[in-house]
Amino acid sequence: MQITIKIQRYNPDIDDAPHYQEYSVEIDPNARLLDALMDIKRFQDGSLGFRKSCAHGVCGSDAMRINGQDGLACKTLVKDVAVNDGDTVVVEPLRYLPVQRDLIVDQSEFFAKYKAIKPYLINDEEVAEKERIQSPEERLVFDDSTNCILCASCYSACPVSEEHPSFIGPAAIAQAFRFLADSRDKGAEERLLVLDAEDGVWPCQNHFKCTQACPRSILITKRINQTKRMIKDWKGEK
Amino acid sequence: MIHQFDTIIVGSGGAGLYAALEASRKSKTAVLSKLYPVRSHTGAAQGGISAALGNVEEDKPEWHAFDTVKGGDYLVDQQAANILAEEAVQAVYDLENRGLPFNRTPEGRIDQRRFGGHTRNFGEGPVRRACYAADRTGHMILQTLYQQCIKNEVSFFDEFQVVDLILNDTVCKGLVVVELATGELHIFAAKAVLFATGGFGRIFKITSNAYANTGDGPAVCARRGIPLEDMEFYQFHPTGIMGLGILISEAVRGEGGILRNRDGERFMERYSPTLLDLAPRDIVARSIQTEVFEGKGIRGDRKIDDYVHLDATHLGADVLAAKLPDITGFCKTYLGINPADKPIPVLPTAHYAMGGIPTDTDGRVLLDRDGTVVEGLYAAGECACVSVHGANRLGTNSLLDLVVFGRRAGLHIADYVKQAAVPAVDESASAESQAFISRLTDGAEGPHGGYITDEMQTTMMEKIGIYRNKKDMAAAVEEIKELRERYVTVRVQDTTKQFNTDLLELIELGNLLDLSLITAESALKRQESRGAHSRRDYPERDDDNWLKHTLAYLEGNEVRLDFKEVDTSIWEPKPRSY
Repeated sequence: MQITIKIQRYNPDIDDAPHYQEYSVEIDPNARLLDALMDIKRFQDGSLGFRKSCAHGVCGSDAMRINGQDGLACKTLVKDVAVNDGDTVVVEPLRYLPVQRDLIVDQSEFFAKYKAIKPYLINDEEVAEKERIQSPEERLVFDDSTNCILCASCYSACPVSEEHPSFIGPAAIAQAFRFLADSRDKGAEERLLVLDAEDGVWPCQNHFKCTQACPRSILITKRINQTKRMIKDWKGEK
Repeated sequence: MIHQFDTIIVGSGGAGLYAALEASRKSKTAVLSKLYPVRSHTGAAQGGISAALGNVEEDKPEWHAFDTVKGGDYLVDQQAANILAEEAVQAVYDLENRGLPFNRTPEGRIDQRRFGGHTRNFGEGPVRRACYAADRTGHMILQTLYQQCIKNEVSFFDEFQVVDLILNDTVCKGLVVVELATGELHIFAAKAVLFATGGFGRIFKITSNAYANTGDGPAVCARRGIPLEDMEFYQFHPTGIMGLGILISEAVRGEGGILRNRDGERFMERYSPTLLDLAPRDIVARSIQTEVFEGKGIRGDRKIDDYVHLDATHLGADVLAAKLPDITGFCKTYLGINPADKPIPVLPTAHYAMGGIPTDTDGRVLLDRDGTVVEGLYAAGECACVSVHGANRLGTNSLLDLVVFGRRAGLHIADYVKQAAVPAVDESASAESQAFISRLTDGAEGPHGGYITDEMQTTMMEKIGIYRNKKDMAAAVEEIKELRERYVTVRVQDTTKQFNTDLLELIELGNLLDLSLITAESALKRQESRGAHSRRDYPERDDDNWLKHTLAYLEGNEVRLDFKEVDTSIWEPKPRSY
C-alpha cells in the first residue's frame, strides 16, 4: 500500500526548531513501521535520524511516538497504524527527553533515574549452595518485570511527567519492584528510601498509560501500586 | 582528541560486559559501544545457556565437550571445548548468584531443558542441559551483566563507532573511533583492546541478526593484516519466521515442537532417526531446504522461499506461556497467529558466524598459523574464533562462549596491563581514518549505500547460502568485488556532523563488504562438506585434505588463504551421525 509518513525533523547543525517532513512510501501492510523508515533512509533520504537494532521488539532502540502513541517502530505493523491507501502516519520523538536529532532523544536522564533505584541484586551473604534456592512461585512474583528492555516508551507515555518532570518514572519503579519482589534480594531498605520521596512512587496517579504503552506487556501500574504498598508496610514495621 | 586507558572494550554485549567486569577491577577500563547499553544482540538470544549441572538428570561436562566437538563436525579445537564445558558449570552459578532469574525446578534449583545436539553419554539420546529464563535467556544475561556494571561503576562511552585499530608491528596501541553525537574522531590509546563486537549476519538478506551486527571488529582487524579464521562456516538457524527471519528458538523443539512438511509428515525421522527435531542446526536446516527443493514445502513450489511448519500446538497454551512467552508474542505480532492453535511457518535464517578473529583460550588474538600473539589485542564472543564451534555451533553454546571466554579474556587483560608499557600514540594515528571519512563526506557526487547493501545481501543469500557450489560461489566473489569497487565512490547524503547515522551506515557497509568477500572466498576454496559448509560438488567431509582451520588474509581486493591444524587431542574424528 501507499502511505505518507509525516516525521518530526530536527538537525541541531542547521535547524532552529523542529519541523515536519512528509515521505511517501510503498509498503506491505504486514511490514513493520521500521521497515518503512528504513526504506526512506536507504532509498529516499539518508539524513533521517533514528535508532534501531534488533528489529523485533527486544532491544528497545526504536521507541518513538507513532500517531501519538508511544511504542517500538519494529513492533508496530503498518496495517496497525494505516488502514487505507494514502493514510498518513505521524512519527515523533519520545517526550520528556531532549531531542538530539530527528527521532533520536538523549536518554541520559532516563538511565540516571533507572540507576538511582540500584538496579542490581543486593545480597552479600555467602551462597551456601551452588545456586540460591528460589521456588517457581517465588520467581513468578517478579517474572513480568524482568521483561523490561529500558526502551522508555512508558516514560514518554506517563502524563505525570508533564507536570512533574523530576518524577522518577514508571520504568525505574517497575525495575525497583523487580528486585524488591525477588526472594533473593536484601536491598529493600536502600531502594525504598529512594522510592518513598517526592520524586519517587507517590506522584503516580494510576493513569495506566505506562501499562498501555509497554511493548513488553509488563503490568507497570500494578507493579507501582505493589511498590507503594511495600513502602507502607515497611514504614508500618519501623 | 586522545584518551588514555589501560583497557578498552569494544562492544557492550555479553562478552564485552563480562570482560569489562573482570578488567575494570584491576585496570582503568572503558567500554565503547555503538549502541546504548542493553541494546546489544546478546539480548535477542532466547533458548538457554548449557552447563552440565545435572539438576534434572545425570550429566557431565565431558559429555558436553564431546557433543560440542561432534556438533562442530570435528573442526573444534578440543581442549578449548573442554574449557568451555568445564567452566560452564561455575559460570551459570555465577550468573545466578548475581541475580539472573533462571526458571526453577520444583525444588527451587535452576531448571534445564533439551536442545539440539546435546546428548547423554556420547550420543545415546537428548539430555536436559540448557539452563534458561523463559525464552529470553540472552536478555536476562545482558541485563544481569549490565546491572553488575552499574554496581561496579564501569565507564561507558555510548554510541562510539570503531573505525580503525592502531597496531605497531605486533603490538596493539589503541583505536580510532567516531563519536555519533559530534561526528568527531577520537583516539583511544590503550595497553589492551578487546573486540567483542558480535556477529555479521547483515551480510545476508534473511537474518535473525540485528541491524547493528555488521562485524566491525573482524573487519577492522582484517584491514590491519590480521587473518580471519573459518569464515566459510556460517550457521543458518533452521527456524526463522517466514519472510522476516526473526528467530524462533530451538527451545520450541526442546520443549517438544515438531517440524512438519506439507503432508504433515515429521520429516526429521528420515534425516536424524535418534535425535529427530533436535539434531544439530546444520542438519535440520539442510533437511528443511531439501524438503522444500523436493516440493514438500507448504506451498510446494520448490522455490527457495518456500517454508515448512513448526508445530507447537500440542504443547498447550500453558507451556507456551510459561516457557515460550516471547515466541508466542512474536507469532501473534508478526504472523497474526497463536502457536497454541496453529503451526508456525518457518524457514532457515542466517544466524551465527562460527568463524572470526582467531584467538587462544585467553582471548589473545593470533596473527598466523604458528600462533604468534598480537600483544595487547583480544577478542571474545561471536566476533572471535577460539575455536569452540568448529564447523557448526550447538544451540546454547553461544551464550556460554560469551560468558566463559569474555571472563577469561577480562582476567588475562587485568594481568597483562600490569606489566605492559603505556602506548605512545599521537594524532597522526587517525590520519587514515580522517581521510576515509573526509572522502565519504566531501559532498562529491556519488551513489548512496542503500542499493549496494541490497545487492550484497541478495548475492550472499543466494550464492553463499545453505547449499553451495563452485559456480555460484565464484560468481559471488566477482559480484562482491564489483560492489567493493562501487563502494569506493559512495557518498553520504547527510553532510552534517551531529548524529549522522548516514555516515555510520556507510562505515558499516564497508565492513560488511569486506567480510562478504572473505566469507565467499573462504567458502569457494574449501573443497569438502563439513558442518554448515555444504557443497553440492563436494558432498563428503574430507579429513585427509581439509581437517584444518582456514586463515584468510584480506589483501586489497584479494583474499589469501593459509591453514592451521585442528586440535584433535581428545577424540579421534569419526563420521557424524545422529
